[in-house]
Amino acid sequence: MTQTQSDTGVAKDRSMLMQKAMMGRHYDRLTSVQESGAKVCSTFVPGNLNELVMCFDLVNNLPETNAIQNGLRKKSGNFVMEAERLGHSEDVCTYVKSDIGMLAKGNLAPNGKPLPDPDVLLLSYTGCFTFMKWFELLRDQYGCPTIMLHVPYQGDGRVTDNMRDYVVKQLKEEVIPTLERVSGVKFDIDRLREYLRESVAAEDKLVRVLESAKHRPSPIDAYFGGIYYIGPIFGAFRGTPEATEFYTALEQEVEARRAAGQGPITPDGPMGPERYRLVVEGPPNYTSFRDFWKMFYGEGAVVVASSYTKVGGVYDMGFRHDPDRPLETLAEYCFGCYTNRSLPQRIKMLARYVEEYQADGFLTNSIKSCNSFSAGQLLIMREVERRTGKPAGFIESDLVDPRYFSAANIRNRLESYFQMIEQKRRGRVPAGGVA
Amino acid sequence: MKCFVGVDLGSTTTKAVLLDDQLRVLGRGITNSRLNYETAARVAKQEAMIDTRMALIHRGLAGIAALEGQLDDVLAGIERNFRLEQFLEQLDDLEQTCRDALTSDRLKPVADRAGAALDEIFGPLRDEAAALFAPGAARKSDFFRDIAGSRYMALGEPAARRARLPFELLLNVYDRSIIEVENRPPSEDLAGKFGRAVNRLLAETAALKAAEAEAQAQVDQVLALELAETYTVGTGYGRVTLPFSKEHIRSEILCHGLGAHMMYPDTRTVLDIGGQDTKAIQVDDQGIVENFQMNDRCAAGCGRYLGYIADEMNLGLHELGPMAMKSEKAVRINSTCTVFAGAELRDRLALGEKREDILAGLHRAIILRAMSILSRSGGVNDQFTFTGGVAKNEAAVRELRKLIEENYGELTLNINPNSIYTGALGAAAFARRAIEDETQGVAA
Repeated sequence: MTQTQSDTGVAKDRSMLMQKAMMGRHYDRLTSVQESGAKVCSTFVPGNLNELVMCFDLVNNLPETNAIQNGLRKKSGNFVMEAERLGHSEDVCTYVKSDIGMLAKGNLAPNGKPLPDPDVLLLSYTGCFTFMKWFELLRDQYGCPTIMLHVPYQGDGRVTDNMRDYVVKQLKEEVIPTLERVSGVKFDIDRLREYLRESVAAEDKLVRVLESAKHRPSPIDAYFGGIYYIGPIFGAFRGTPEATEFYTALEQEVEARRAAGQGPITPDGPMGPERYRLVVEGPPNYTSFRDFWKMFYGEGAVVVASSYTKVGGVYDMGFRHDPDRPLETLAEYCFGCYTNRSLPQRIKMLARYVEEYQADGFLTNSIKSCNSFSAGQLLIMREVERRTGKPAGFIESDLVDPRYFSAANIRNRLESYFQMIEQKRRGRVPAGGVA
Repeated sequence: MKCFVGVDLGSTTTKAVLLDDQLRVLGRGITNSRLNYETAARVAKQEAMIDTRMALIHRGLAGIAALEGQLDDVLAGIERNFRLEQFLEQLDDLEQTCRDALTSDRLKPVADRAGAALDEIFGPLRDEAAALFAPGAARKSDFFRDIAGSRYMALGEPAARRARLPFELLLNVYDRSIIEVENRPPSEDLAGKFGRAVNRLLAETAALKAAEAEAQAQVDQVLALELAETYTVGTGYGRVTLPFSKEHIRSEILCHGLGAHMMYPDTRTVLDIGGQDTKAIQVDDQGIVENFQMNDRCAAGCGRYLGYIADEMNLGLHELGPMAMKSEKAVRINSTCTVFAGAELRDRLALGEKREDILAGLHRAIILRAMSILSRSGGVNDQFTFTGGVAKNEAAVRELRKLIEENYGELTLNINPNSIYTGALGAAAFARRAIEDETQGVAA
């Protein structure tokens, strides 16, 4: 079988190990630019234009991914405090503060080597206002060329031709010329088409992996496991043959589990019987990631679909990059990112997940320092509950600030929530009453 | 007799409820939660069984003609004397444990003087016990730890002086011993204590004397009745540490919802404000939880908020409500932080605001917090049941009533005098249902 034991005694899929190795290569590439002479472009996961960035031989550095790595490695707590010491408020997004704190403490990558200064900052603005402020801080820090790609919000729940043309115009007039200037590489649209073709191959496979969760038992966990699955395609590998190779292996692995009637692999090994199927809204907590996951699989709860695994692109609603319309397709990709979608669109998507994935409930993990997710979350929750008739649950934590992960409270709520689902499923209580 | 037991292990108190197979409440018991949760659960359970037997004795004695018109006094008398017996038993245990502590190497040199001091404490304590449980006597608490502790302190100080010992030494002996005593499994000798209680009462009450044989037969019959613990379910904050297997544990949210439904079957929204959490629960017409919200990250707006304010103002917790009721205009107080509210309180006092008005503002603040949790959970639907320690506070209830009416219109507000047992009641109902499920499972 594909399950292996890592050196820390934690069970991992082969794909998880592959993903880890890719992450390692990504950081090695980034931290060796001095030797390789490559230039660096910092950009964000949502609206990440990796195919375009690669056309200029630029290496993609993603600050949120760095913050997540620091969260998983239990380093973000000190970085957040460092950023607060530098004057950043307690309420600021903790990805930002982890990044700022990391800069102040030597800017070391997970491999222990210093991260390079970016040669250009590329901000594709896709619904998260904080990203703009974050890049202002980075621009101030590095003083390098900064590109702002403005992607209009899907307020009316649709993308008009005008909106698309507006983004394409910016790509042609702002983004591409600046990247050419910074990199010294001339833009070649056929090269972009080639990368996009590679993207499509990976996207198809990713969607099949995510949709495998429609089976019972689900062979994947689409939130905790899903985070490993989205890594390559949301990060610096979309459009590369490596990503396609990863998703090919992943798909085979998941398909083998499905055929054998097995559930996901958890850090403690194969998951026990599936008791609760959940759709989860909101990002996870990274500082206690494994403990958090255990609170689910320990009770037999598996996440069958999540919104968080759509932040870097919503592919399961039909979108694919189109190599025949290279710039338009990049624009459409940006429009479709989860945080750029209106609340009614998010509700529709989540309600659809609950139904199509035959979920038992809809759970929201509200992130203290994430406004782009939290705004409207309670309304979303109530509406999804109303439409689907499935019980909704609500917990609170934070991205990478360990101070806001209260294990006892979260466990208490989750246990209550699972028991509530169970009780609703049974749908009856003893007759009679007493005063 | 088949009994179904629910145990609610809270941070301050542990409660137990006994139900029969028709879901009728047989008895309720409460004790202070202590280090050893197993003991706390056993004591609460035993208290509920004592309560059950008292109720059964009530039923038995009700048929005796000679006791007509005096039944309540007789029952109260039995209970009082039973509590006295229980107290004396624990007092013996405490004294022996204290004396044993004196044999340690550290205390051996002063054992004689300390022993004399213990004589001076336990002698009077035992003598005044009867008065503590006399008819109409007011006790500040019903928990042994509280009653014995406060008297030990009061008698210990002069005793230490006379024995030329530091008071801290006696205090230390007490602290260690009370923990040992409290965490020992409770004594099982109920029949002996009930017997002695009835004998004491016989000497006091002529009516009982007249019906002695009949009454004794009834009491014996009740004591002989076996209360079989058919199934037990535990809940509450300490539920994971309860010595029960996983199938015997339910979340307090579910138990609260079901308990409120059992008390008031038309309940749709439940608000529980306890010591350190506030819960808003929506239930359907079967008592099944539909949605819930709790305070998180911060305990402002919980019962502890009032406890903190009481400490700040040097008042007893139970004095806050009545004082706030005297207010004519509430002062606006911030509701987001307990500690800030303390600062605001001192500020307002310095500005010359009346204590009553400030307290009214504080009660409003705590209820405003609850209102926000309620709306997060889906609002307030008729009927609305309020539970938890804060439901006993009239000023909090007044503010709640006002805010509910302003925001949700007129609806029925239920507050049960036994609301502290809501969680345990729901747990007991789950215990009853577990048996139903098991038998159905066998049938299937």
